[in-house]
This record gives sequence, C-alpha cells and structure tokens, in this order.
Amino acid sequence: MRLVVIGLVAGLFSALFGVGGGILVVPLLILVARYDERPAMATSLAAIGLIALVGAVSYGLHGELKPGAAAVVGLPAAAGAVGGTWLQQRLATRTLSLAFAALLAGIAVWLLI
Amino acid sequence: MWALLAAGALGLVAGVLAGLFGVGGGILFVPTLTLVLGLTQLHAEASSLLAILPTAAAGAWRQRRYGNVRWRAALVLGLAAIAGVEAGVQIAVALPEHALRRLFGALMLGVAANLAWRTLRRPTYPSRRGP
Repeated sequence: MRLVVIGLVAGLFSALFGVGGGILVVPLLILVARYDERPAMATSLAAIGLIALVGAVSYGLHGELKPGAAAVVGLPAAAGAVGGTWLQQRLATRTLSLAFAALLAGIAVWLLI
Repeated sequence: MWALLAAGALGLVAGVLAGLFGVGGGILFVPTLTLVLGLTQLHAEASSLLAILPTAAAGAWRQRRYGNVRWRAALVLGLAAIAGVEAGVQIAVALPEHALRRLFGALMLGVAANLAWRTLRRPTYPSRRGP
C-alpha cells in the first residue's frame, strides 16, 4: 500500500516536470517503506524504466520525440550509469545518503527560487 | 559539433548521478536538451523520458547483478506511478506552474532534511533490511 502511494506521488512529479520521478521514489522508499539505501536506489531505477517507457511511448504517439537528441544524451548516460552503480557499491551507505540529501536540497532550492 | 560534445558530456554526468543515486537523470536531461540542443520544453520533456530508458536499463541491469533490485516492488511502484502521471497532467493544467514548483521545492527540502537527520542520528553499524 505504501508502495502504491509512493508510486502515485512519483508519477505526479514525473508528469509535472518531465523527469522519471526517482528523485522522490528513492527518499520515500528509504523514509516511508524503510528500505536500505542500495535496494531503494536499485528498485527505483527499475521502476523508473517502466515509467519512462510508458511516458515515452505516449509522447511518441503524439509525435513529440526527438530520438537523435535523446540518443546524444541517453547513450553516454547509459555508460555513466554503469560507472555510477559501480561507484555506489564502493561508497559507505552513510556517505551515499548524505550526498543524496545534499543533491535533493540543491534541487529544492532550485525549484524554490 | 561543440553543442553535441557538451550535450554528450552532460549526459555522461547525468548517467553517473543516475547510477549512483538510483534516479533517472531527467533533472539534468531536460535542461541539457533545451539549453544546449535547443529543443522546446515539450520536446525536451518527451525526449528526456526516451533518454532515461537506456540509462535506467543499464543501471538496473548492473544493480540486478549486485542483488539490490526488488522486482515486485518496482512493478507496483511503476504501475502506481503511471496512474499518478494521469492525475499529474490534470493538475498541471489546473494550477499555475510557479505554485507547483514551490510546493515540490518545499516537499523536497523537507525530505532532504529528514534523510540527513536520519542518517546522522543512525549509528554506523548496518541497519535493518527493506521488506
């Protein structure tokens, strides 16, 4: 049930800002569903894949996609994600959590100003 | 040419953050697509979702090998989020954008503070597992 609520909130955020929603799924999994950091971040990635797939198909049907531009950022990002997950396994959970909190605070400030 | 290289480099950075923190990278993809590649906001948001696909797939594939992915939970989250997306579109047309930004900004500031507080308070030994 908690997962359903977290998913709904993430979907709202995703629709409003054109992002995958992971920025909310990860902390809510940790704080509300009591996940540890690494399973929360891994499960979030899998969920985001599904959300983005549905979103991309629905935008694609409206002809709004620019596949070339998406590939220019998305393919280097896929390589980066492999590096990022590698790094994640080697960082202390505490470091990971605090760095993520700092990222969230930065985005919050950007949204507020 | 320089724009393509810059966009690719920003994509790489977004991917590292995506893999490191389990987010999709959209928060960096959208500004890269609009400011560097000159897409409109709508095209950028749509193409950002397409760019998230290989990013999330590569990250989830690696995380599966580390044994961190809870597939059933991911499916529930993903399906619920799709319903949330539909509701989000309705809200987006009803509310002014700056109100939404402030609302989410305040929400995220609270979440960040909560996460930092919980982490700092916690002893350094490993804590409980997720369900």
